[in-house]
Amino acid sequence: MNKPINYIAGAANPRQKQRERADTRFRLYGMTALALAMMFLVFFFIDIIGKAIPAFYQTEVHVTINYVEAAKTNYNKAIDHKLSHIVSRGWLRGLPQYLQAHPEMIGSSSEEWVAADSRVDQYIKQHDGHGLKSRYQKIVDEMSADGRVRQVFNSGFFTTGDSKLPEQAGIMAAAVGSVFTLLLTMLVAVPIGVMTAIYLEEFADDNTVTRAIEVNINNLAAIPSILYGLLGLAIFINFMGVPRSSALAGGLTLALMTLPIIIIATRASLRAVPETIREAAYGLGASSLQTVWHHVLPLAMPGILTGSIIGLAQAMGETAPLIIVGMMAYIPEPSSSILDATTVLPAQVYTWSTESMGGYAERTSAGILVLLTVLLSLNAVAVKLRNRSQQTW
Amino acid sequence: MSTADLFLWFFGGLIPLSAMAFWLARSKALSVESTGNRLHSRPGFYGLYAMTWMALPALAASLMFSAAHMFNLFTVPGPMLLASAFALGGGGLWFALGRIKTDFRARQAVEKVMRALLLTAATISVLTTLGIVLSVIFESIRFFKVIPIWDFITGTQWQPDTAFLIGAGRGGESVAPPLFGSLPIFAGTFMITLIAMLVAIPVGLFSAIYMSEYASHNARGRLKPMLEILAGIPTVVYGFFAAITISPLIVEAAHAFGLQADYTNALAPGLIMGVMIIPFISSLSDDVIRAVPQSLRDGSLALGTTKAETIRHVVLPAAFPGIVAACLLAVSRAIGETMIVVMAAGLRPNLTANPLEGMTTVTVKIVEALTGDQEFDSAFTLSAFALGLVLLTATLILNIISTIVVRKFRQQYE
Amino acid sequence: MSTELTNKITVRDLKLWYGDFQAINGIDLDIYSGKVTAFIGPSGCGKSTFLRTMNRMNDRIASCRVEGQILLEGQDIYAPEVDVVQLRTHVGMVFQKPNPFPKSIYENIAYAPRIHGIVHDGPEMDELVEKSLRKASIWEEVKDKLQQPGTALSGGQQQRLCIARTIAVEPDVILMDEPCSALDPIATAKIEELMDELKQEYTIVIVTHNMQQAARVSDYTAYFYLGDLVEFGETTQIFTAPRHQKTEDYITGRFG
Repeated sequence: MNKPINYIAGAANPRQKQRERADTRFRLYGMTALALAMMFLVFFFIDIIGKAIPAFYQTEVHVTINYVEAAKTNYNKAIDHKLSHIVSRGWLRGLPQYLQAHPEMIGSSSEEWVAADSRVDQYIKQHDGHGLKSRYQKIVDEMSADGRVRQVFNSGFFTTGDSKLPEQAGIMAAAVGSVFTLLLTMLVAVPIGVMTAIYLEEFADDNTVTRAIEVNINNLAAIPSILYGLLGLAIFINFMGVPRSSALAGGLTLALMTLPIIIIATRASLRAVPETIREAAYGLGASSLQTVWHHVLPLAMPGILTGSIIGLAQAMGETAPLIIVGMMAYIPEPSSSILDATTVLPAQVYTWSTESMGGYAERTSAGILVLLTVLLSLNAVAVKLRNRSQQTW
Repeated sequence: MSTADLFLWFFGGLIPLSAMAFWLARSKALSVESTGNRLHSRPGFYGLYAMTWMALPALAASLMFSAAHMFNLFTVPGPMLLASAFALGGGGLWFALGRIKTDFRARQAVEKVMRALLLTAATISVLTTLGIVLSVIFESIRFFKVIPIWDFITGTQWQPDTAFLIGAGRGGESVAPPLFGSLPIFAGTFMITLIAMLVAIPVGLFSAIYMSEYASHNARGRLKPMLEILAGIPTVVYGFFAAITISPLIVEAAHAFGLQADYTNALAPGLIMGVMIIPFISSLSDDVIRAVPQSLRDGSLALGTTKAETIRHVVLPAAFPGIVAACLLAVSRAIGETMIVVMAAGLRPNLTANPLEGMTTVTVKIVEALTGDQEFDSAFTLSAFALGLVLLTATLILNIISTIVVRKFRQQYE
Repeated sequence: MSTELTNKITVRDLKLWYGDFQAINGIDLDIYSGKVTAFIGPSGCGKSTFLRTMNRMNDRIASCRVEGQILLEGQDIYAPEVDVVQLRTHVGMVFQKPNPFPKSIYENIAYAPRIHGIVHDGPEMDELVEKSLRKASIWEEVKDKLQQPGTALSGGQQQRLCIARTIAVEPDVILMDEPCSALDPIATAKIEELMDELKQEYTIVIVTHNMQQAARVSDYTAYFYLGDLVEFGETTQIFTAPRHQKTEDYITGRFG
């Protein structure tokens, strides 16, 4: 039976039309899925950035400071009584010390811009739940009308540590803690990871032990990060006596977590170095160590770097295992030793997020923004490096 | 002398000493060569050889003393430790210098040491696994001595609040016994994982299909890194977003439908976890879909099928095992995810099927048990390890199954 | 002429296994000093594998096991005290596919002399690099671009660079594993010409699947079939009056 020749799209055949519609629909599902993911990304970034921006501004009020003798012991004496809840208590607390150092100031008074209390700050930023009592609201409104309230860039956010006063809390201590912890992670995980990969890829015979190590590494990569926290707690802290909350405990825990990522990436890039290069070196009488060190490793280096950066970026954003080893301590000053109590950026974000005062909420978002900027830059560097090194042999 | 000082002195001394050992041996080798004798190896290898003989005994000695201190066998004072370690290193160096002769194979010796070092590094990964497994198992055994394992797995009440009293020696008094029935916790984990998968699997899979089958090379190159941003966002950030932004939205939406929702509902962390896992599923599925041979597609298209029919009837069935493996790995990632649920899911063990209510998960309970000021030996603290054991077992099983499935899939097309 | 022949390499009852599979079944063969010896035979006959036993490149394959003797100037290269690295400075190798290091032309040549301490960096090394490149007849083509990557050269130039690299170590024997199979006819002709010059100084063993090439360049030819050495003799004799029927079939193209 001959059928009529018809291959024009959208032909009259209803069944054909239906199939074409199904085809379009299927394609649409895919586009919708991607669009959903992208929309989430956009929504997410707008939301976080919108919440974070106020944290970069700090409200200041213009007040009269009386450097009276009594302020040496009671800082509230330096200021009009009704303003004592308007001005940041953290700022006032610094006064006695200042007067000790500058006794010549006693007896004078001056008009100064000083940091406002967090509740005032939140009220000015018109955030719900600012918690400012209505009588203080009135004072602030009056001051505002007199031009005695302003918003300045909050440089303190980048130069101070955590504080019980939201207006004084900053990410400096956590950033320093992150650097310490990650340096340790890097110093432990990168050499051991690269050496393991070199052993497995270049030296190990293909036997049961090698295969067991391989299976083991793949499983390690899939173990939830929180279990590394349990390991760190049981082995490093309880067994070896590493101080809880220290950068050492956190760094070692993260190192073990990062190890499989680095091993897997390094092995892949070692495997990508063509066999002919090894043969050439061996053929000239290079030893296995020389072959690896002079030829294979330099060629695999971009891939190893990419893997290490990605692994370290992941470690940098990790929170769960660090909470378990106690790295969510209250750290107002950057720690100076890897054995001191330390916190890291994501842990600082977590502790702030559990605080109820509004000043912390915006700082949480700002901390997130800083963290995301660092992490996304690291990942971008890694991707650049990978693209540039994708060499064809 | 504090541990940190000791550390500093030890490495501060060892590094220049090793450099010196290298230099001494190398110059000795060079002077042997300058007399016209040909050495077996290059002078640098004699340098490395002497360096290992300097550094390894010193390292071994200090490690031994540290271990002795850790196990409370005996404690060597810091300066004595340093002195004996460096003396041993010096002895090693003296021995190595004596062996520099024309027929001594320094290269072979150095390569043996390097090989041993590499093998040591490789065993650390095994030790890590062993460490995780053993620490979790040992502490769990201590937990199960107090709480019968059957009660733990099948109990429906989780009320550990009185555990600390037993730890304080008041167990005999008229205190209600602590209950460690983890069923509601497992149920919460299951519910949140299920919600996450309902988001991640369709979105991730369709994204993968679109990127591998429809998108142009350029579009793919742009879309993929965008999706991967989702995987690069730290979980604590997702947790904050779920708790602060999504939860209130869900409460409002539920209210609009006349429903009651908790602020710590299971839906918010579930949805956000699903978003987090999208790139995980999409990139793994993308790999397996692209591994399906082009000839299969060609064969199908040549029969006059549409592209969608080819994908649905030929490509996806062929890639199915790989996709299943990807989903299993995603499940294992979801049940182990911690920060999102800690921040958004709440602490109340709740055996319910309503995702608008607050629930808790295994990981939340682990964090809760280990972050308070509990003493380490209380049953409450130990319960974290028992839950950790469940988590470890579940993720390992999922991982092993998915590995086997993927291997089968690969064999099919190789 | 044959009275002056000395053995460079003497192979006695060599057997080789990959796991359970025996790839070479007991070969006896003499490689004469200062001659070019060609190995011919159908694919999979074990000629490349055999070539690789002579500088122990097969050591890298874990499943590979060797029995029998290979004597290089009377010394067994499989004896336990032998240092493979030293051996390979005496027996160099050129591979099927040109495989220069992704480094400069200069570095490609200087690498091996440096790690073996033959000469030190500086004018001595410059001299050795030039000498090696001249011997490999590539000096004129690359003398102005010694710092450019070796991988940027054409295939034939790359292969001559690899030969120069091998020569720089001053080996006694050069093994060539189908060195022209990846090259065009003009590049091939240049390599063949080069081999003719090199045999003044070096003993050359070449594996080739190209019978004309074997006939053109070699003094002696060995015909392998399924892991056995079927026939060995002067090249003219092998190609004009083979003693074995199998050899006859192969060279006349009735087979393979």
